[in-house]
Amino acid sequence: MSAFKPVLTQHIHQQDCHTLPFYQSEGGYSALEKVLTMDPEDVIDVVKNSNLRGRGGAGFPAGIKWGFLPKDMVKPTYLINNADESEPGTFKDRLLINKAPHQMLEGMLIAAYAIRCNLAFIYIRGEFYKEAEVLEKVLSEAYAANLLGKNILGSKYDLDVIVHRGAGAYICGEETALIESLEGKRGCPRLKPPFPALEGYLKCPTIVNNVETLSNLPHIINQGAEWFRSIGPEKGPGPKLYCVSGCVNSPGVFEEPMGTSLKKLIYENAGGIKNGNQLKAVLPGGSSSAILTAEEAVVLNMDFDSLMDAKTMLGSAGIIVMDDTVDMVQACLNIARFYAHESCGQCTPCREGTTWLVKMLTRMVQGGGTAGDIKMLYEITDNIGGLIDFSKGSFGKTICPFGEAVAWPVRSFVEKFEAEFINYIPQQETVA
Amino acid sequence: MKSKAQPKSGFSFADSERVERILSQYPDKKSATLPLLHLAQSQEGYISSSVIDTIADLADCHPSVVMDCVSFYTMLYTKPQGRHTIQVCQTLSCSLNGADSMVDHVRDKYEIEPGGTTADDRFTLMKVECLGSCGTAPVVQVNNDYHEGLSLEEFDQLLESLE
Ligand SMILES: Cc1cc2nc3c(=O)[nH]c(=O)nc-3n(C[C@H](O)[C@H](O)[C@H](O)COP(=O)(O)O)c2cc1C
Ligand code: SF4
Ligand code: FES
Repeated sequence: MSAFKPVLTQHIHQQDCHTLPFYQSEGGYSALEKVLTMDPEDVIDVVKNSNLRGRGGAGFPAGIKWGFLPKDMVKPTYLINNADESEPGTFKDRLLINKAPHQMLEGMLIAAYAIRCNLAFIYIRGEFYKEAEVLEKVLSEAYAANLLGKNILGSKYDLDVIVHRGAGAYICGEETALIESLEGKRGCPRLKPPFPALEGYLKCPTIVNNVETLSNLPHIINQGAEWFRSIGPEKGPGPKLYCVSGCVNSPGVFEEPMGTSLKKLIYENAGGIKNGNQLKAVLPGGSSSAILTAEEAVVLNMDFDSLMDAKTMLGSAGIIVMDDTVDMVQACLNIARFYAHESCGQCTPCREGTTWLVKMLTRMVQGGGTAGDIKMLYEITDNIGGLIDFSKGSFGKTICPFGEAVAWPVRSFVEKFEAEFINYIPQQETVA
Repeated sequence: MKSKAQPKSGFSFADSERVERILSQYPDKKSATLPLLHLAQSQEGYISSSVIDTIADLADCHPSVVMDCVSFYTMLYTKPQGRHTIQVCQTLSCSLNGADSMVDHVRDKYEIEPGGTTADDRFTLMKVECLGSCGTAPVVQVNNDYHEGLSLEEFDQLLESLE
């Protein structure tokens, strides 16, 4: 078996890897040249055949999403590159923007051409000020080289790209909230359907894809769908960026095949647990994923289906590692507080529920736990996110999946580390 | 000048060309709201009510619409900040790597609570959520700049170096 060689991050340690001359010296934009001679439908077919699934969190097949666009083309179609990177534990898109921005832009050009779009956006979180500057430079390089603008490389195809900065709101990573925000409004998610592919930005057909998803496209075009499917599990294949943070010796972004074992990522790539401590728990897909105990974590592979079977998710592949010194009630409170702060407030179960969770958990860690607290924690999470039964998909008590994104992790903390929660309830309370 | 960037209210954009460029980029004017708010804040330090009036004018909407938008985003300030806004990430990976003691340090040394500004307007302290750089925790953003993987001593030196 040949060892895996990084694809998306193969050049990130080289000098000037973010510049156009460097990218072109490595064959950059050859996939675009090829695509510009193809029929857009054929480009969509290649992407469908590759089984590329979205890297932003939901894992939806990219080619299939593009196929949902209306065929009549009465309205303009928009492409939005989601560079909001706001899921706690996730820091891969920032790397791609800083070190391989032209790869991402070439991916945008390929996607835009395939969906017949002439205006695309990069929605980047406001805190990434430096990265937005990098992108502005990248765009001017591309315009100067006729890789953007009118009649790109003599193909009669036109594309403009705008860098649009967010302003500090986790929820704007959710695609419909992002679209609202782009339209100059509060980032409040829209009820789906209609899906953005039919009614998105300015009520026009809109495709939202993540930075990493788009960055894969030049490679799929150059090396073919079959090559892509041969990397990792066939149903959700490809190179993958894993972000490992928390209690590890060498945190960072690691590119490995989809389906790499979590044990390898923690103990080999990230150098194992800090201070000689023991592994206690892992959030495998950002803070919105259900937590895994150490025993569960070390036997799992990081791909969409394996993690779904383990009742958690790959999400954004933000792996947050906790060692045996971590107080799980405090960690749970930290997460609950994040969601309470970030709820957009439209849905009562989400707005009130997250606030209640924070109040209860704060009271517990301050020594005021009461006998009914555990039951109450289950009730509140059920109210926000519904019963956790993955076989039934989403539950729809709230407008957007943020509800589940808080209910799943919080409930999983209580379920899997119940004893620690009980420890916070004073003795006289438990007897009563 | 009859440019719309110079309206009746007290605030006007210094770079009216940039304003025109932003407005002409988007297929509708309202989409220019956030970029214009960013531009105004970089000029004024915060979003005053006359900034809101100016932008509402440019984006062709009621000031209350712009105000509604401003109040949603944590990076848009409705009152003046200190010269350096110290934003300490408090989300899980940073918290597991010592972020809490950094907040305590600023609080104790400069006698400000999160959200507060020192009497000499030097620092505003803010606790913020995940900055998308958890691999280099703990992470502190000072104005636009990230400072990553700081020890408490390095953090203290950084603060000392800011006038
Ligand atoms: C609460 C919430 C936050 C999200 N944050 C992000 C984000 O920061 N970046 C991202 O790419 N997708 C995020 N998503 C997923 C997007 O809604 C959308 O599915 C994705 O951008 C589509 O791109 P993909 O198919 O290429 O993954 C988030 C979803 C939810 C529900
Ligand atoms: S679930 Fe929460 S974040 Fe999503 S729309 Fe409802 S209130 Fe807003
Ligand atoms: S938790 Fe602090 S940067 Fe992500």
